[in-house]
Parts: sequence; structure tokens; C-alpha cells
Amino acid sequence: MFVSRRGARAALVAASVAIAIPCTAQPAQDPAAAQVLRSEIDQLKQDFNARLSALESRLSALEGAPPAGAAPAPGTPAPAEAAAAAPASTPTAQVPPGAEAGGPSGALPVYGNAAAGSKVFNPDMAAIGNFVGAAGRNTVDPLPALALPETELSLQAIVDPYARADFFLSFGEEGVGVEEGYLTFPALPGGLLMKVGRQYQAFGKANTLHSHVLPWADRPLVTTNLLGGEEPLADAGISVARLIPNPWIFLEATGQVSRGSGNDVFQGTERSDLSYVGHVHGYHDLSESANIDLGTSYAFGHNSSGVVNGVDQGRFTTSLVGIDATFRWRPLQRAIYHSFLGRSEVIWSRRDQPNGQQDANGFYISGDYQFARRWFGGVRFDHSERAFDASVHDTGQSLVVTYWPSEFSQVRGQYRRTTYAEGPTANEFLFQFQFAIGAHGAHPF
Amino acid sequence: MGASKDAVKGFLMSTVKRVLLLCLLMFPLANLAHAQGKLNVVASTEDLGAIATEVGGDRITVESIARGYQDPHFVEAKPSFILKLQKADLLIVVGRELEIGWLPPLINQSRNAKVQVGGPGYLDASMQARILDLPTGQVTRAMGDVHPLGNPHYWLDPENGKLIAKSIAAKLEELRPNDKAVFEQRLADFTTRLDAAEKRWLAQLAPYKGVKVVTYHRSYPNFAERFGLDVIGYVEPRPGIPPTPQHTLDLIGEMKRQNVKAVMVEPYFDLKTPNAIGRETGAQVLVVPPSVGGVKEITDYFKLFDYDVNLIANALKQSTGK
Repeated sequence: MFVSRRGARAALVAASVAIAIPCTAQPAQDPAAAQVLRSEIDQLKQDFNARLSALESRLSALEGAPPAGAAPAPGTPAPAEAAAAAPASTPTAQVPPGAEAGGPSGALPVYGNAAAGSKVFNPDMAAIGNFVGAAGRNTVDPLPALALPETELSLQAIVDPYARADFFLSFGEEGVGVEEGYLTFPALPGGLLMKVGRQYQAFGKANTLHSHVLPWADRPLVTTNLLGGEEPLADAGISVARLIPNPWIFLEATGQVSRGSGNDVFQGTERSDLSYVGHVHGYHDLSESANIDLGTSYAFGHNSSGVVNGVDQGRFTTSLVGIDATFRWRPLQRAIYHSFLGRSEVIWSRRDQPNGQQDANGFYISGDYQFARRWFGGVRFDHSERAFDASVHDTGQSLVVTYWPSEFSQVRGQYRRTTYAEGPTANEFLFQFQFAIGAHGAHPF
Repeated sequence: MGASKDAVKGFLMSTVKRVLLLCLLMFPLANLAHAQGKLNVVASTEDLGAIATEVGGDRITVESIARGYQDPHFVEAKPSFILKLQKADLLIVVGRELEIGWLPPLINQSRNAKVQVGGPGYLDASMQARILDLPTGQVTRAMGDVHPLGNPHYWLDPENGKLIAKSIAAKLEELRPNDKAVFEQRLADFTTRLDAAEKRWLAQLAPYKGVKVVTYHRSYPNFAERFGLDVIGYVEPRPGIPPTPQHTLDLIGEMKRQNVKAVMVEPYFDLKTPNAIGRETGAQVLVVPPSVGGVKEITDYFKLFDYDVNLIANALKQSTGK
């Protein structure tokens, strides 16, 4: 029985050899010839395996995946050596025929591969579009009928174990600017939080907010008149903030030293003409749904009114004092459906200029109510004198409705009535589309 | 000369003492915690807080940020939370981008090197857990507010509860090697009790294996998988997008066709649409808390499943008659 089975196996081998390589077929009965045959088959098998693994690795290189483990073929280095010679994780492409001469030999790295490891370290990127249209009549400060006044590009990432960086580039109709670009050291000794770079000045509340998080399509008159225009007061400098420990409330003090060239408000002509901002901010939870936020700010720097031909002959200065208050209500269990935010800021400006000191002040008060998951309604009342001429003032009233199709886009309509000191009353309808793509980091509270 | 030197020395000493005293006064809470040797643990949700309490016992103090009845995607980054993080030795997060809208600014402003991402006191509890809904293929926001790293509601499976506890225990042992035996013993005890409880919960829901349900948001895939419920649709047309009339009509049609008996709703969603669906289809609308603290009586991780399993079992008993 045993013998016959063995015989059958020999016959089977003979048959398969006869089919596979008929020209080299020898009588199976000859043991020496059988040995030769066996070694030839082994050789063929090895050749086949080598060619198969070569094809597999070419295929996986084309697909961008690391090559599959190749079986060692006679005369080729062992896998470990091969892996050391060419890192398996780098996708490679074959050098085209004829391209070897004078150029790099062997496999070339494939750039632009979606799975390349280096992309892991790319910063979070987002673009936020802000499209604003205006209808109605405004002869004093007219906005274009349709405009994309600002596209914000944000690049945010952790730099190293000690710092993170945030860049906000603003692409406007006049060109590209660095809205903010700063390095943050989140964990310095002594409980300090330091920011270095160009940043919005910590003056009040609205000045620290990017336009896409404001509850309005414009900025309040007090910002335009006393803080130097539609753009927030921003400058290059160093900011240090520290929490003031106490058992009752959250209290934070911030100090900023900057170059002294913030908007039209400050203009330093010498290195020592720095501007200074101080801000103290207190926060308290009234309940789990309601809280109050109070702040006071001070800013000081040289202004441009005494500058003649680039030389500051007058040495005039501007100081600003601000108070801000915010009340928030958001019931936790229905947080996504209802909320209210009431806010007011009062700003005093003292500006020395050749024709004497101008003491101007202004304020806004606003309320925004979220009445459904995607719907918000708001009102704002504005009043502000002008920094250059405190004897005149402007007032404004706004009604705002905002709709959020999703977290990443919003549509807003704002009716704005402005009574300017010098001209007729402007009645305008502003509409705004805002949309964000990419990964935009969350904003501070 | 010597006397004046002494006077200067005395003045310096007293100044240094005053400064030190001032420093002590400035950090009373931090010092109190250190004096007791307890680790200050802050958890981003009450679920992680509850599991941390099980493992850490009296060796740690635990505070949670998001309340159990609140939508954990939309928590406000209140400055009062910064104060909690400032004192924390360990921050435990759900991860999978659940907290992406509110936790990063809190960590940035915490002035605490320990709890920065990748710091020694930062623990992402999802790293060991079984994560579902990992997207395959392209992810775009056209799909709504998708989580590209998988579904972050993974704690609703007791098996994951054990894995979370295990990773918390490992982290606590790393931070307090002297208490290793305590944490190990508490972890073993928690796992044993959870094993026993899980058997009970599985038995309670065993008769309803394969029963079809609809949920508001994709908060329960791990729960459904563990306890054999079949989620056939969602009240939200896409994650994070509120219900639309057309989607609601389609869903009602589908529920009638498939004879769906229950709609599971998270406590922070409006019940108007789910109730309308319930009236149309005869399905029961169940407010199923997905978190510890979702209702008052759910005070720990065991009571979370006790409550949810009882609620679902009772409702399905009525509607299926089993």
C-alpha cells in the first residue's frame, strides 16, 4: 500500500514535469535524472518568485504604498540589507530608460504623494470669505455695491514643545496684509502667557475679534471714529498676560508694548516712540447659563499730528481709555437653540494736536438673541464723537438678522441708519455672506 | 560697618520672606492640592470624570467641564474653565475631534505646560478604545459635520469603558508611581463589577436583538453594536445639520416600511421633530442620555447603562410584547 502510493506520487511528478517542460523530459525511473529535474524545477520556481516579487514591488510603488515583502532571490541581498539600502516607506518610481546617464541612479522619490509623512506637520489651514454688499444712500462713508473686502487665510500649528504659531493673512482689494501673525508661549514660568508678533491690540472687546466672529456686517462707529477705521487696532509688539489669583472671579491682566504704528491712532517716528496697552478683564459665572464679563483698557502712544516731513516736531500723544461689559445667557441643555449676548463699550480718547487737545468719546450698545438653531436677531445703537474734532458726533442704529445654513457659513442682513455730523442721514441695507473652508482653530471666548 | 551689613542682610531676608509669603498667598489652591498629595484631574466630559473617579478613588480630585445634559460638540470655552485647567495635573479628553470647537483655546490659555497636547498630563482616552464610523474614502463637509477620525461617542459601550479605565490607570500610575498598587486594584475591581453588570444589561436587552431604531444624532453606534440594536436612520439628515421636512418625510416612510419601534433622542435636542415622527409612525420617542449627568439620577458610569438599558428595555417590551 505504502509503496504503491509512493509510486503514484512519482508518476504524478513525472506527468507534471512532462507537461511543464516536455523538451527536457527524461525517464522518471533514472534517479540521477530525477535529481537534475528537481533542481531545475526549484530554479524555475525561484526565478518565478523573484520576478513575481519584483512585479509586486513595482505595482506597490506605482500605488504609493510600501513594497510588499520580497522573497530573496538567488544573488540578491537579504531583505534586511535591501531595506537598509532603500527605505521601504519611501514610494519610488522607476528611472525612465535613458535618463540614468549623468543623473541620479536607482529609484527616485515621488513628490506630492497624498500619504507622504511630511504633510502630517502642515499647519491647520482655512480660508474665510467675507462678501459684503450695500444698497441705499450714503454720501459720507459709502461702501461699494458688491465687494469681497476681506478673505482671511489662517495657518495655525504647534511650533515645538514650547510654542505655537498663528498667522492670519488678509487678502483685501488693496492687496495682501498680515492681519495677525504671532508666536504664543503658552506655559512660561510664573503663569505668564506671552505673544510675540503682530496682533490685535487688547483694547476692549470688539477690537480683539476677527470680523467673521462679529455679530454685525460692519464695525461700530466708535471703532471707526476713535480707534482708527474699519480695521481693528493692530501692531507689532510683545504681549504678556497673567491670571491674577483670587478666590472669587477669573481675573486677567494683559500688557502690550508695540512699535507705535497702530492704524491712524498711533504713529511713532523714533524707536523709542512705542505704544502701550494695558487691559484688565474679569469674568464671573452668575449661573451655569449666565455670565458676566467686565473689562477696562488703557492705551498710550504718539500720534501723527505733529509729524512734519517725517520728523515729529510736535511730540503729540494720544491716550485712550475703554470700559467694556458683556452679559451672556445660554441655557446649557438647549445651548444650540437659544442664547443672548448683550454688550457695550465706552471709549474716551484724548488726542493732543496742533490746534489743542481733543477729548472725544463714544459708545455702542448691542443685543443679539438666537431665537432658533440657525437664526439670530440683533440691534445696535451707536454714538461717537470724532477723535480729530470732538465737537462733532455721529449716531447710528442697526437691525441685524443672521442665518446659519451650517456651522461653516452664514448669511446676514443689516439695516443701518447713520446720522453723520456733516451730511444727510444715510439709510442702508448691508448684506453679507461668510463662509469658511478648511480647519480654522476655535476662537477664544 | 558690620552693623550696617547686618541691617542690609536683615532687610534682604525680610524682603525675601515677604516675597515668599506673597507667592504662597498667590497660589493657595495649588498648594492645598499639593499638600494633600492628590492629583488634580480635569475631564472634558462627565463620563471620563466618572471613570477616572472609579480608578483614582481618593487619590485624585476630579472635575468635569461639559455637563452630561449638554451637547459636547458645542461647549462654550468659558474663562472659568481656564482656572480649572490651570490647576490640573491631568487633563483627560474624549478626542476624535469631539472637543475641537472649544478645548484648544482653553488649553492654550491654561498657562499649564503639563496639560498641553502631548504633555505628560494630557490623555486622549480614545487611543485604546474601539472606534466606529471611521470614514473610508473621501471626507468632505458636504457630509455635514463629520468626524474624520471616527465616531467620538465611543464611551457608550462597557467594553470601551474598561479600555478607557485601563488607559487612565496607566496614566495615573505614570504620574503617581507610589500609588500604583492602589490604581491597579481599583482598576481590577472596576473591571470585575463592570463585567458582572454588562452580563445583566446584555440579558435585559437580549430579547430585543435586531430591533430597528432611529436616533437623532449618531451618538449611539457603540451602544447599538454592543446591545444588538439596529440603527436604520437618523433624524438629522447629516451630522450636525438640523432636520429638513423632506428628510423627515423620507424617514417616516422608511420607518413605516421597516416597522421601527423607537426613536432615541439625546437630551439636548429639541423634541418637536422626533415627536412628530413618533405620532406619524407609532414609534416611541425616548430621551436616552448618552452621558453621566444626562439626568440627575445618573451619577456614575454604571447608572448610565442602568438607566439607558431599563428605559429601552421597558419601551421595547411594550411595543414588541416580548
